[in-house]
Amino acid sequence: MAAVAVTVAGLLALTACGDGGGDGATQSPQADAKKKVEVFSWWTGPGEADGLKAMKEIFEKQNAGLEFFDAAVAGGSGDKARALLTTKLQAQTPPDTFQGHAGAELQGYIKAGQLEPLNFLYDELKLKDVFPQQLIDQISVEGQVYSVPVNIHRSNVMWFNPAVLKEAGVTEVPKTIPDFVAALEKVKQKGKIPLSIGSEWTMVHLLESVLLGSLGTDAYNQLWTAGSDWSGPAMTKALDDFKTILSYAGDPADDWQPAAKQVADGEAAFNIMGDWAYGYFHNPPDGGLGKTSKTDFDWAPSPGTGGTFMWLSDSFTLPKGAPNRDGAVAWLKVAASKEGQDAFNPKKGSIPARKDADTALYTDYLADALKDWGGNKLAGSIQHGVVVNDAWRVAINEAVGLFHGDKDVAALQKALAEAAKNSGQ
Amino acid sequence: MTRVRRWLPGLLLVTPSIIAIAVFVYGMLGWNFQLAMTDKHDEVSEGSFVGLENFFTLWDQKRWGISVNHAIVFTVVFVFGALLLGWLLAFLMEKGIRGEGTFRAVYLFPMAISFVATGVVWRWLMNSGQGERAVGLNRLFDSLGLEFLQWQWFRDPDWGMAAMAIPAIWQMSGYVMALFLAGFRGVPEDLREAARVDGCGEWQVYRHIVLPMLRPVTLSALIILGHISLKVFDLIVAVSGKQIITDVPAVFMWVAVFDSHDPAKGATIASYIVLAVSVFVIPYLVWTLRRERSS
Repeated sequence: MAAVAVTVAGLLALTACGDGGGDGATQSPQADAKKKVEVFSWWTGPGEADGLKAMKEIFEKQNAGLEFFDAAVAGGSGDKARALLTTKLQAQTPPDTFQGHAGAELQGYIKAGQLEPLNFLYDELKLKDVFPQQLIDQISVEGQVYSVPVNIHRSNVMWFNPAVLKEAGVTEVPKTIPDFVAALEKVKQKGKIPLSIGSEWTMVHLLESVLLGSLGTDAYNQLWTAGSDWSGPAMTKALDDFKTILSYAGDPADDWQPAAKQVADGEAAFNIMGDWAYGYFHNPPDGGLGKTSKTDFDWAPSPGTGGTFMWLSDSFTLPKGAPNRDGAVAWLKVAASKEGQDAFNPKKGSIPARKDADTALYTDYLADALKDWGGNKLAGSIQHGVVVNDAWRVAINEAVGLFHGDKDVAALQKALAEAAKNSGQ
Repeated sequence: MTRVRRWLPGLLLVTPSIIAIAVFVYGMLGWNFQLAMTDKHDEVSEGSFVGLENFFTLWDQKRWGISVNHAIVFTVVFVFGALLLGWLLAFLMEKGIRGEGTFRAVYLFPMAISFVATGVVWRWLMNSGQGERAVGLNRLFDSLGLEFLQWQWFRDPDWGMAAMAIPAIWQMSGYVMALFLAGFRGVPEDLREAARVDGCGEWQVYRHIVLPMLRPVTLSALIILGHISLKVFDLIVAVSGKQIITDVPAVFMWVAVFDSHDPAKGATIASYIVLAVSVFVIPYLVWTLRRERSS
């Protein structure tokens, strides 16, 4: 009998370990003199981790009784972090606050009732006056806002190598899709890679820019509303454009960095990638390529999308049942503040979501982005979780992955329409 | 009382593992099958019983067909590649090579590495860049004047999964070698002598005496490699990530559960993986059981 009891106790201990993995520190906050606030993110890389540290310092200065606990999990775009987060939320041991892409990507958590609406915080801090109205609209679910955007990245950026363009005789940066195709053809004649591309997700990234450029901003924004038209001729045309553009792509590189590097090294002419590529091009060699902007590489809005800012944003949330809710709210206040965003963003290489940022802090590409953020129309990114939830995004990725194999536009359109329908459109 | 004393300590000794296996293996398996037969297609809904519906609708998805196809190509190339190479290495060793111990260790070492580490290295070796952009193996071919051997490796639409099997073969053939070497050594020398006395050539000794006696070893190797192959996940993710072009059921399962948030679909795929592995394992269990009884 004793042996059985020991076994059962052992099993219980085992399961307990499984539940509590790694957050033992937050389970007993009272044991510490300072109350810990567990902040869960995937910011561990160069730049982003520095930005997080800068915000942490502000947070601890403003909140003497609270201690920042960094629960970051490494891995780009939060793949691994989110898998761990899922298990923590299901075990009902949420962190005090966690990072998530602002927009539809949070829908799963919202539907599961795992997030608290933050309207009270928006009202208290008058955030509706400092964030662009379109941003608030695009992240609201039935009038409720569930996260605080800390930064803004731009998705529809075309990076190019001026020397390669000159050599190919492309005198003007292509502004429309037909111009772009003509330029790609000229580069091809010279034997260089016209458009560099990375793994599967970078093709979806390309698709969102092509859709925006081909359909136009209003039609693109309609795709995510009840009045969407995925089966019509405009969509067929856009997908044909996508096929044409993709036919100029080089062999897929391992990920976005090697693809961007082909442009920096003068092997390829164009690359369409989010503006995190700027840091990679520009930063000194330990984290980047150490290139000079405007001479080694240059940028423009992706073809057909001038005047529109396709955005994505990292934001922080307030999980229901956060062990230290007051601490989490204090963190969200720092994340929403001008001081916090201006400390974080120059280091991360992104721009603040707030309109009242200190423009002197943002130079070169970031100054451009900040200017456009203030004046452009806004559209949300697909691949980075603004306009589609996870299931829909996976379905789009699948459709594009299959299309890469068979190049069948009709099948792609059908798959995209079906994905939209299955996601309640 | 004495009878109790005889079986009780033994029972107590095995009870912990019986309970652990009951909960963590069969309990979880049962839970998985039960989940696969519900319509719990997101994490929130309760999920009601729908029978085998998920098992049928999965086949309507193009991605599932592709990933099954990939798994078959990978399994065939990997299992036969590793068996052949392992057998060949063991055959050479058995011939009494000098420094056999060293060679044995050298070939066994890859097994000590995790598939993830292997994958990271081979991801670079099998880079698809060619010509000026070649790195890894393509670069090697280039500098050896063997440009015609350059290809896209795992990005090849038809034979990509065969390329994916190469790192797995590299890693596991040493283990197969060790199995076969033990098998070779298990063939008594006097049997071979007797065959030679009867006029067998060296080749015939292998053909009629040694190979038939290796059959049990081959079968064990087949089972071990087969089940590794059908469940392969880490190697694929380390080499290419979660792309359709190298999709296999285990990767699809991960995507279904953690990216699409569709537990029922993930459980269905998991069930298929378990069933596929049991096709390998159950006949083996039956066979060993029968053999044990007969001896």
